[in-house]
Amino acid sequence: MVDGLIHILLMLAMPPLLFGVINRTKAAFAGRTGAPFLQPYYDLFRLLRKGSVFSHTTTWVFRAGPVVTLAATLTAALLIPLGNHLPPLSFNGDMILFVYLLALGRFFTTVAALDTGSSFEGMGAAREVTFSCLVEPVVFISLLVLSRLSGSLSLSTILTHSSTALWMTSGAALILLVAGLFVVLLAENCRIPFDDPNTHLELTMIHEVMVLDHSGPAFGMILYGASLKLFLLGAFFLHVTLPIRVSSSLLDWLVFVVSMLLLAVMIGVVESTMARFRLVRVPQMLLAACILSAFAMMLVLR
Amino acid sequence: MNREPFRSIQNGGSCALDDLPLLPQDDFLQTIVALTGQGWRIASYFGSTDPAGRVTLWCVLTGSQSRIGVLRAYAGERLPSISSACPDVHLFEREIAEQWGIPVDGHPWFKPVRYQRSRNGRDAWGRGRDENILPCVGDFFRVSGDEVHEVAVGPVHAGIIEPGHFRFQCHGETVFHLEIALGYQHRGIERSLSGVSGRAAIHQMETIAGDTTIGHATAHAMICEALAGVEAPPRADALRGIALELERLANHCGDLGALAGDVGYLPTMSFCGRIRGDFLNMTAALCGSRFGRGLVRPGGVLFDCPESRATDLLARLLQVERDYAGAVGLLWDSPSVMARFENTGVVSRDAARDLGLVGPAARACGIARDVRLDHPFGIYRTCTIPLQVEADGDVQARARLRWKESQISIAIIREQLEALPEGAWMGPCGPARGGRLAVALVEGWRGEICHVAITSGSGAFSSYKIKDPSFHNWSGLAMALRNEQISDFPLCNKSFNLSYCGFDL
Repeated sequence: MVDGLIHILLMLAMPPLLFGVINRTKAAFAGRTGAPFLQPYYDLFRLLRKGSVFSHTTTWVFRAGPVVTLAATLTAALLIPLGNHLPPLSFNGDMILFVYLLALGRFFTTVAALDTGSSFEGMGAAREVTFSCLVEPVVFISLLVLSRLSGSLSLSTILTHSSTALWMTSGAALILLVAGLFVVLLAENCRIPFDDPNTHLELTMIHEVMVLDHSGPAFGMILYGASLKLFLLGAFFLHVTLPIRVSSSLLDWLVFVVSMLLLAVMIGVVESTMARFRLVRVPQMLLAACILSAFAMMLVLR
Repeated sequence: MNREPFRSIQNGGSCALDDLPLLPQDDFLQTIVALTGQGWRIASYFGSTDPAGRVTLWCVLTGSQSRIGVLRAYAGERLPSISSACPDVHLFEREIAEQWGIPVDGHPWFKPVRYQRSRNGRDAWGRGRDENILPCVGDFFRVSGDEVHEVAVGPVHAGIIEPGHFRFQCHGETVFHLEIALGYQHRGIERSLSGVSGRAAIHQMETIAGDTTIGHATAHAMICEALAGVEAPPRADALRGIALELERLANHCGDLGALAGDVGYLPTMSFCGRIRGDFLNMTAALCGSRFGRGLVRPGGVLFDCPESRATDLLARLLQVERDYAGAVGLLWDSPSVMARFENTGVVSRDAARDLGLVGPAARACGIARDVRLDHPFGIYRTCTIPLQVEADGDVQARARLRWKESQISIAIIREQLEALPEGAWMGPCGPARGGRLAVALVEGWRGEICHVAITSGSGAFSSYKIKDPSFHNWSGLAMALRNEQISDFPLCNKSFNLSYCGFDL
């Protein structure tokens, strides 16, 4: 019960902090002080207080986009275990639901973008859909590998199954998996080198360009949803990568929070030391991630 | 007796209008075509009007051995286009048509340049006097087909930049054609200068393009000095040279940082942003303005640089040079950055030559073209600078060239500061002599700036023509985007970093 409460509390409150940590890390590399850690929260509150502007050419789809996306992501967040604790919702086969909830969110973001009729947003939607075609196989294959290793079809089991012992026996497969998942983590959350969340150049954007027309609370929802997605996929990634298990439940939570923050620092380091890929290179990189996870699959099927 | 159909003068020189042959329009055009065939380049091509309302065409060409050729002709009712023979006049012809209402026959893409009214009430496109002329409203080149889509960008942009309209014809992510339409910032600078002799013109010169303040002000000062028949004192030349190189450094440094920012490489972006400020502050130390306003004046410079300030600037330069090298070194050492720069936005050498690109954009395509070497002025008559070229014509070449030029600029500034000529920094510059034409070319940081002034009998400007390097180079950007990814447009655009207001005038 307590764990369930902590789960919900963390998943609601922590995600924007990750953006704060990433931005602070990037600022440090650039020789700047950077915005406060809590800046993303201030931004969200500011957006919530603002009014919204809706173009006359848009329909209900445009307004539904941010709401459905955020709802889908929040539901997905209830399915994923955090720090070795069982999630509030868990059943056999929920991994399929998890992936499709994320896909539903993406679908509504892209449909809302197309609804505006803007050529920029159309371009962004086309890019997003093209790239996600390549990202989803990686997630599915990774889930299959993990479910094969753990012999279960439930996220709570397959994600908490990874352990030091498992790394000893199937380390090769897991390394390939981790590499593939890190690519997914960066690509799905529009981080450099796949996308630049801070750019103002609408022609280069992938994800940001789809939400150009949203404003006020709707845009706040989108930003919050984006941080939640980073939180979710980050937790997913950490489960496979860092199978640290401490006996105490509270200590487990602490380990989880600290490792999430470290992951944010790591993303910040990657962003600071790399330039973006040319857009035509992104599918190639995603394909490489597909191949990595496919090899992991072969290793565990053997 | 001058047997050539044109008059040859030196950079910063002038000639009496009476010495200038007045050709028939056909001979005039044939001479231009013949000269460009012999390797001459068109620096400026424009019209002017006399009190009788007759339009005269003027062409300024730059040639070998520091020669600048000037020729003129009375314009006929219509002007046959020579764009197919020398493509670099295509924009000049459109400009003449727009300003003087002369239709150009056979022009490949005949449309207005800045969407302004003509100066003599005629209209080359037959638009009525009461018809509203709106910027960038009109035909655009279109590619048709089910799979082709059009993307319109601007004039309002997401970043804090100047207004301009870009129309892309795309097939998926690939750009087939880019058309650039400007004119939103047309202020009528040239028109406001005709008929005035005042010293106030220098203030307008400093605002032609805010980032090229020194470049344009120097060109204007050279014009005034040539018309008055005086020369700036050596100390003034040295200070102008220092300021010009500081301007080059600040902009090259800022652009390298912005290029890094466009590919999402943060360290160089942040450091270069700060270092650019250091260069601007050095200009401020010279004259109190970070962009060099109020420094260059006809006759010399307004502010001297005493010994103590020179020592201080030298010390600062040493520090900044080290920081700059470190920040830019990060770029070349990052494979991910190089992967983005290489083979992006390639302009072939032939295209660059045909379009008459100038400055770093031309040198990055392997074309040896630098006013400081070809038509030396000021300090460049005595100090030798090595010519820098890059062969590839891509973003990488333009970036690397900027870094090479920066190093040379630092060396020039150091050399000048260490041995500032003694003497006055401001000399007399009397009123302009009447009935003359003066030409000044300056290698600004974007390339060749060309000012041409023609005085009436009283010494007032009867016509003043300004050509910012952007006028030539915007066409280069459009070519760089051919078959390029649309997502790489911002990067290509930044690698040229052209001026909108310098074009719009």
